[in-house]
Amino acid sequence: MAAVTIKAVHKRFGSTHVIRGVDVDIADGEFCVLVGPSGCGKSTLLRMIAGLEEIAEGEVSIGGAVVNRMPPKERDIAMVFQNYALYPHMTVRDNMSFALMLAKQSKPEIAGRVKKAADILGLEPYLDRYPRQLSGGQRQRVAMGRAIVRDPQVFLFDEPLSNLDAKLRVQMRTEIKELHQRLKTTSIYVTHDQIEAMTMADKIVVMKDGLVEQTGDPLTLYDRPANTFVAGFIGSPAMNLIPGTARASGGEVIVAFEGGTVLPLPRQARAVDGQAVLYGIRPEHCSVSGSGLPSEVIVVEPTGADTQLYCRFNGQEITATIKDRTDCRPADRIHLAPDLGRAQLFDAASGKRLVA
Amino acid sequence: MHIDTANRLATQQSALSRALDNRHFLGVVFLLPAAALLLVFLTYPLGLGTWLGFTDTKIGRGGAWIGIENFEFLWGDEVTRLALFNTLFYTVVASTVKFGLGLWLALLLNKHLPFKAFLRAIVLLPFIVPTALSAIAFWWIYDSQFSIVSWTLMKMGVIHEYIDFLGSPWNARFATIAANIWRGVPFVAICLLAGLQTISPSYYEAASLDGASDWQQFRHVTLPLLTPIIAVVMTFSVLFTFTDFQLIYVLTRGGPLNATHLMATLSFQRAIPGGALGEGAAIATAMVPFLLAAIMFSYFGLQRRAWQQGGADS
Repeated sequence: MAAVTIKAVHKRFGSTHVIRGVDVDIADGEFCVLVGPSGCGKSTLLRMIAGLEEIAEGEVSIGGAVVNRMPPKERDIAMVFQNYALYPHMTVRDNMSFALMLAKQSKPEIAGRVKKAADILGLEPYLDRYPRQLSGGQRQRVAMGRAIVRDPQVFLFDEPLSNLDAKLRVQMRTEIKELHQRLKTTSIYVTHDQIEAMTMADKIVVMKDGLVEQTGDPLTLYDRPANTFVAGFIGSPAMNLIPGTARASGGEVIVAFEGGTVLPLPRQARAVDGQAVLYGIRPEHCSVSGSGLPSEVIVVEPTGADTQLYCRFNGQEITATIKDRTDCRPADRIHLAPDLGRAQLFDAASGKRLVA
Repeated sequence: MHIDTANRLATQQSALSRALDNRHFLGVVFLLPAAALLLVFLTYPLGLGTWLGFTDTKIGRGGAWIGIENFEFLWGDEVTRLALFNTLFYTVVASTVKFGLGLWLALLLNKHLPFKAFLRAIVLLPFIVPTALSAIAFWWIYDSQFSIVSWTLMKMGVIHEYIDFLGSPWNARFATIAANIWRGVPFVAICLLAGLQTISPSYYEAASLDGASDWQQFRHVTLPLLTPIIAVVMTFSVLFTFTDFQLIYVLTRGGPLNATHLMATLSFQRAIPGGALGEGAAIATAMVPFLLAAIMFSYFGLQRRAWQQGGADS
C-alpha cells in the first residue's frame, strides 16, 4: 500500500496535448476514481501511472518514490484492463500465477496465494479452465484475481466493467468496493460512468480535455460542483441549468428569466445586478407547487419509487424527479419550485459556481 | 396433337425447373466445373504417377505391372539413398534456418520502424522473383571464377584463393541450402508478421506489469500465441523445401557426384533424360509418406490447442 502523487503532469501525442497539467494526491488506501467523457485523458493518466506511457512533463510518485523513469514491473502495481488481457493460452490458475512465477516465488507459496485469491473471488471451480471457457463476469474476476495475488502497492483499473451487461456491472461494482474495503489497497479506477464513480469512490477526480475540473469526495461533488461541467456530469438525470439574469431589487438579488418569471437566489449563492447566470436545480430538488417556474408537462415516467417529469419551460427541457406518485398528466401546466437550500448558481460566461 | 406436344413440353420444363430448385441437384451442378478441373489436372496425374511407379514403363514403351520391384531396387540404390539423405538434410537445415531468420525478421518488422511499409515490401522481393531467375543470379554468385563473394573476400584478404562453391559436395550442399533460405525467408517472415499483428498489445502490457522481461514476454506470450501460425507456415515451408526442384536443377543439376540431388531432381533425371518413367515415378511416390508425416506432425502436434477451442461467450 502506498500513496500516489501526480504533480503537474503533461502528455502530448504528436501535436495533441492530451494531458495539460494535472495534479492529484491520492492517500494511502484510498479508492480514487478518475471520471470524465471519452477523450478527456483519464485512461492516458492511468497508463502513465502504470508506466505504459511515458511522462512528458511533471512527476508521478508511488509511495514517495518518483517513478517517472521506472519500468512498469518495478513499480509494484497491478492493473485490470478493459478487455481483461487474460493470456488466452494459460488456464485461470496459470494466469493468476504468472506474475508470481516470474518473481520466482516457491511453488507452495504460489499455490497458496492463488488459492486464497480464488477463494475471495469464488474462482475455485474455474482454476483449470481457459479464459475462452469463461463468461464475461468470470473473466473479469480472473483479471482481478491476477491483480490481487500479487499483493501490490496500488491497483489500477481501466474501465473494468464496461464490457459487462448492466446487471453484472452493478454486481461487480459492489464486489470491487467490498474487495477494496477488505484489502485496503490504494486503488485508482478509471471510468466514464458517473454512477460508478459516485458509488465506489472515496475521492473522485473529474477530468475534461486533459484538465482536472474538480477533485473531491462524491457528495461534495454532488452538493457543491465547481462549475457547470461537473454539475452536469455528476448526478443522473443531469442537473437542470436554466439561463437567467441577476437583478437587484429592493436590497435583495433575484434571478429573472425570460417571460418575466423570477426566483430568489439560491441560499449559498451570490450575484451582482445584471450578471448573466445559470440557475442549477437537480431534478430531485424540484417540487410541484403553487409558485415557481411555469412549465408544461411533456412526458411522465413513473418508475415505481419515484416519477420523472419531463417539462418545458421557456422552450427548455426541465427534468423533475417527484418522490412517490403524482397525478400530473402530459400537457398539464404546473409550477416547478426549486429547493433553495440545494439549488446552485453559476456564472453563464465562465461556468464557475457563484458562492456567497 | 398440338396440345399433346405442348403438354409434354410443359411437364418436361417443370421437371427441369423442379430439379433446379433442388439444393442438392444445384450443388452438384455448381461443383462439376471445379471437380472436372481437379480430376483432369490433379487426380489423374497423381493416379497415373503412382501407377507408373509400380510398372517398368520406359519412354516410348508401355510397361507392365511389376509390383514393388521398383521400390526394392531403389532401396538398394546408392544414388537414391544419397538423394534421400540430401533431401532430408536440405529440408531440415533450410527449414530450421528459415524459421529462425523469418521469426527474427518478423519481430523486427513488427516494431515501429521508419519506412515500415517500404521495408516490408523489400522483404517480399526474393519471394516475387521467379525461382529460375534467382537461381541464375546465385549461379553467378557461386561461379568458380567470377563469384562476387570470393572476389570480395579476396580483396578483404580473408581468403587467398577462390572458393569452389558448387564444385565440392559439402560446399555445394550448403550453397544450395543458402539459396533456398534466401528464397524462403520472406514467406515465413511475412506470414509470421501477420500472426504477430493479431496478438493484442494489451497482453504485452499485462505481461510487462506482471514483471516479464522482453525475453519472458517473447517466451510466454509471443511464442505460444504464435504457435498455430508457426505450425501452418512451417508445414508449408517444409513441403516446399522437401519437393524443391527448380533451384537445384538450375544451380547444380544434382552434382557434383550427386551431392545435391534431391528426390525431386533425381526422379526427373531418371524418368525424363534417363527414360525410366517407372523408376522416376517410384522415386516421386516414395516422397509421399515423408510429406504426409510432416503434415500429420503439424496437424496433431502443433496446430490445435485446447485454449483455442472456445466455449461460448455467455
